[in-house]
Amino acid sequence: MKSKRLLLALAVIGVLLTAMLFAGCTTPTKPPTTPMATTTPGEQQDLLIATTTSLYDTGLLDDLAGIFGPAYNANLRITAKGTGQALELGQNGDVDVVMVHDRAREDTFLQNGYGVDRRVFAYNYFIIVGPPSDPAGIKNMTPTEAFTTIYEKGQTDPAVVFVSRGDASGTHAREQLLWKNAGYNYSLIRTSGPWYVESGTGMGATLNIANEKDAYTLSDIGTFLAYQGNLTLVPLVTEGDDLLNVYSAMIVNPAKFPDTNVELSKEWINWLISPDTQNLIANYGVEQYGQPLFYPARDNWQLLGVSQAETQDPIP
Amino acid sequence: MIMAGFLEGLSPIAQGIQQAFSLLISLDPQILRITALSLIITMSAVLIGTLISIPLGSAIAYGKFRGRNAVIWLIQTLYAFPTVVIGLIVFLFIRKTGPFGSLDLLFTPQGMIIGQTILVLPIITGLTISALVAVDLTIRDTISSLGATRFQFLISTLKEARFAILAAIALAFGRAISEVGAAIIIGGNIASPGNFWTSTRTLTTAITLETGKGDIALSIALGIILLLIALVINVIISIVQNR
Repeated sequence: MKSKRLLLALAVIGVLLTAMLFAGCTTPTKPPTTPMATTTPGEQQDLLIATTTSLYDTGLLDDLAGIFGPAYNANLRITAKGTGQALELGQNGDVDVVMVHDRAREDTFLQNGYGVDRRVFAYNYFIIVGPPSDPAGIKNMTPTEAFTTIYEKGQTDPAVVFVSRGDASGTHAREQLLWKNAGYNYSLIRTSGPWYVESGTGMGATLNIANEKDAYTLSDIGTFLAYQGNLTLVPLVTEGDDLLNVYSAMIVNPAKFPDTNVELSKEWINWLISPDTQNLIANYGVEQYGQPLFYPARDNWQLLGVSQAETQDPIP
Repeated sequence: MIMAGFLEGLSPIAQGIQQAFSLLISLDPQILRITALSLIITMSAVLIGTLISIPLGSAIAYGKFRGRNAVIWLIQTLYAFPTVVIGLIVFLFIRKTGPFGSLDLLFTPQGMIIGQTILVLPIITGLTISALVAVDLTIRDTISSLGATRFQFLISTLKEARFAILAAIALAFGRAISEVGAAIIIGGNIASPGNFWTSTRTLTTAITLETGKGDIALSIALGIILLLIALVINVIISIVQNR
């Protein structure tokens, strides 16, 4: 008889929980948008963001979401993907906003009408990191020299290994560009031997893999600094024009996907490029890591090679 | 040298475990949310799965139709349905451009329930079939000879097989709560502090992705909870089977 009661209890718990779950879902998640969300205490709204892993792995986005959410009565739902996956989700209308760092693919995304209203909100630099022993001897080379050397030494010296993101992320795109700039055909590099491995995962996880393998990898400086405490890897190549790393946000085109929460998307992006938030970005992590992880885009548009409007004009 | 390195390497693990326990003892709200969400998603999936599987399993167990053996064989093959494949299939169907895109299920707990329901269906159905078929023939004959209607016959045999079926449900629960492939593809490991019901961060996805983020204490704490859940399930199964 005990088992009957147990079964009954389990069933009741299950039914109650399911009821709770569906009760939770029946509240409209996307009510008609109120343009003045800051002043109108309306119903909380959802904003779904697909982001490049570096903004998430460094903790920056959680930090910013923690300030924006309560202030705008918004529930920011963030899924961390590589730039490629984030753009793919945007192309299918599965998210409201994409936050990425690959200018070339962003341009295609905008030209094909999948996204609108790009704003540039932050930048930092890519760096080539590797084991302190630096078996290929690339320290202080230019990025393309360093890549050439890693490739050549990798052919003969088993201690020289390079870990690629291999996930169509923005960092992976930059790595491919650097191989191209160094005069190599990327598909040949990929298959040229055991010195080249692909992690297929986010920046943080890739740094951990490179660390375990005593290998070289390309990273954005922000994620590297955030993870440095647990790594023996050191920065080896930190300077070069082709290492600039620019982060943008775009709204998924409401003309293609009417479900996009345009108003809240605009508020989020406009808030990102506002002087106060730019200050937050500039100071993020300084106390903990001794230097900023990201730089504000606002007054640096010339350095970034983008229009001034793209860094500071609010989306109308 | 190796010994010194070994001992030195143990200290961050010990530290992580220590921090994990202090998180557990302090009932860290993040841990409570993640655990509650995991339990709700899996319980819902198992409940839905059970409601479908028991009638389905009964129909197949006592049904006489062409291809019955093939169906059973197929169901048993699906015990090992790779969860990432379930995740991929569900993802393709529920994304905006997919056939069920208008339902807005991607990156929601409801979407994850669908994935886990697909996972538990063959397990509960298949084991229900085995349980019903295993009910002693003499018992079945007795029930029939007492002039039971088909419905009465089914209820009686289900009663006979109840412990095995309950064990099947517990087994399915254990597999669903510990799966990660479908949960990451469908859910996306979203923390949504503003609204519990739009969060998709479960025990397994948090361990997978937050470890990469360096949050070791959290991951260890969640791992301990998963193990405790597995322990509870095993205790239930063994209590039930010892009857």
